[in-house]
Amino acid sequence: MKEVVRIAAGQGFWGDDLDAPRRQVEGGPIDYLMLDYLAEVTMSILQKQKERDPSLGYARDFVGAMESVLPAVLERGVKVIANAGGVNPRACAEAVRAASAKRAGKDKLRIGVVTGDDLLARLDELMAQGHVLANMETGEPLSTVRDKVLSANAYIGSSPIVEALKGGANVVVTGRSTDTALTMAPLRHEFGWGAESWDQLAAGIVAGHIIECGAQCSGGNCLYDWRSIPDLANVGYPLVEARADGSFVVTKHPKTGGRVSVPTITEQLVYEMGDPHSYITPDVIADFTTIRLVQDGQDRVLVSGITGRPPTDKLKVSVAYRAGFKAVGTLVYAWPDALDKAKLADRVLRARLDRLSLGFDRVLSEFVGANATHGPLAGERSDAPEVQLRLGARGPDRAAVERFTREIAPLVLNEPPSVTGFAGGRPKVEEIVAYWPALIDKSIVKTKVDIIA
Amino acid sequence: MKVRLLDIAHARSGDKGDTANVGVIALEPRWYEVLTQFVTRTKVADHFRGMIEGDVERFELPNLNALNFLLHGALDGGGTLSLKTDAQGKVFSTALLRMVIDVPDTDAKRLQLPAAG
Repeated sequence: MKEVVRIAAGQGFWGDDLDAPRRQVEGGPIDYLMLDYLAEVTMSILQKQKERDPSLGYARDFVGAMESVLPAVLERGVKVIANAGGVNPRACAEAVRAASAKRAGKDKLRIGVVTGDDLLARLDELMAQGHVLANMETGEPLSTVRDKVLSANAYIGSSPIVEALKGGANVVVTGRSTDTALTMAPLRHEFGWGAESWDQLAAGIVAGHIIECGAQCSGGNCLYDWRSIPDLANVGYPLVEARADGSFVVTKHPKTGGRVSVPTITEQLVYEMGDPHSYITPDVIADFTTIRLVQDGQDRVLVSGITGRPPTDKLKVSVAYRAGFKAVGTLVYAWPDALDKAKLADRVLRARLDRLSLGFDRVLSEFVGANATHGPLAGERSDAPEVQLRLGARGPDRAAVERFTREIAPLVLNEPPSVTGFAGGRPKVEEIVAYWPALIDKSIVKTKVDIIA
Repeated sequence: MKVRLLDIAHARSGDKGDTANVGVIALEPRWYEVLTQFVTRTKVADHFRGMIEGDVERFELPNLNALNFLLHGALDGGGTLSLKTDAQGKVFSTALLRMVIDVPDTDAKRLQLPAAG
């Protein structure tokens, strides 16, 4: 058994720095590269792509990432774990295999494919059996939006990834795995942690939570002493050096920018946190109030003391559904009295929209430069050099939202003066794909692992 | 003495559906007691009045010298539904750090708290 297992994070979301995976395998020794591609709405985007072309539906960035790290995988034995499979993990794996076909040592590539999270085809059957898939926020049953559903995936845990690694995979592609499972699974595999080693499993979850957003734990988006954080243009993505007892060090490769310190790690720990006593995952419930952080040299933080307890008998399900249309338009008003002019323009536009009776669920006005992000807490400033009026409308009817986008440009000639910043043209109407979180019995979801060699 | 949270704490915020969370972390471990005592659930609910539609929950993390707040109904529906600039609650963090709290002078002196400017 290895004494220390090194897991590096190379993507924090779909759209992250394309060069980060390669920098993580070349910057220093690592055993695993973990790539997280899936945010809540990503699955629905991928489902739409799959509907247009059945060979798509996965994060295509991953194929390029794999090409850039293949020498490390084939020659140095680095293993890659990614939830890039989206709604089509098998096609994702095939694309990676095709991309590696001309590489020396390609015979060593063994891709583990994890499926079973996708519930879309089973949805009617499940609902008929009495699974109401109530919205965790509103309590409404899924039947109220069933005809608008685009995708439905259970968040699955670490076990199928462990199974793939045991089966000899050096690349594992999953669909809707939890972000944290991608980090915890290789630790379970390497250290032989049992499915009831609650404290170690919880430590694996915390390690995953810290590195799943890439550089957001290593100096990116860090408020603490932000001016002094060095060389963000070359920010080092994080890696964990984990031990069998569940303790681990978070660090980054030498000669990279950013910072790993108790404050940078603490900020990431509280990011998107709910009840810290109960960070619920399919494998374990981790208690974030037990985490101990100690600075362990420059750009090294030792994490220990974590406890966990058995999980629930449910899995979270992420359903995406069509929820109407929206558009956002902006105009910029200049000094003097920029905010007053923007406010008058807003009143005028709203009066016109009222006359049109477009049936919106929501019209929102914000004054960027005055109060868009902090609302009334920002106070009123009358001397702003410019204020951007930002107007959004949302409703069930596309034509009504289209009409809204046509109401903004006329304000330029008809309404308050000193207006500019409209050169971008008419705002775009977007279809809203909304997120419906629900729970389902664990026993319903059967995962499957295939190894493609 | 009046103390501004920005001078004694740092923070990060994020989202879960229509709920924003704000983690507030004491800049010095000894200032954590100031957070627990004066940055109450009620005070935070008052601070965000008019900006959020639901309740506020508070959790303590003494191990990290941090408090975690959940601000329900903060994001105009959240995620893709929201029309807000800050649809994912990313800067509720600094909005909370605008808060000014009133700390008894004896405590402020003992803990060497910086006075609000």
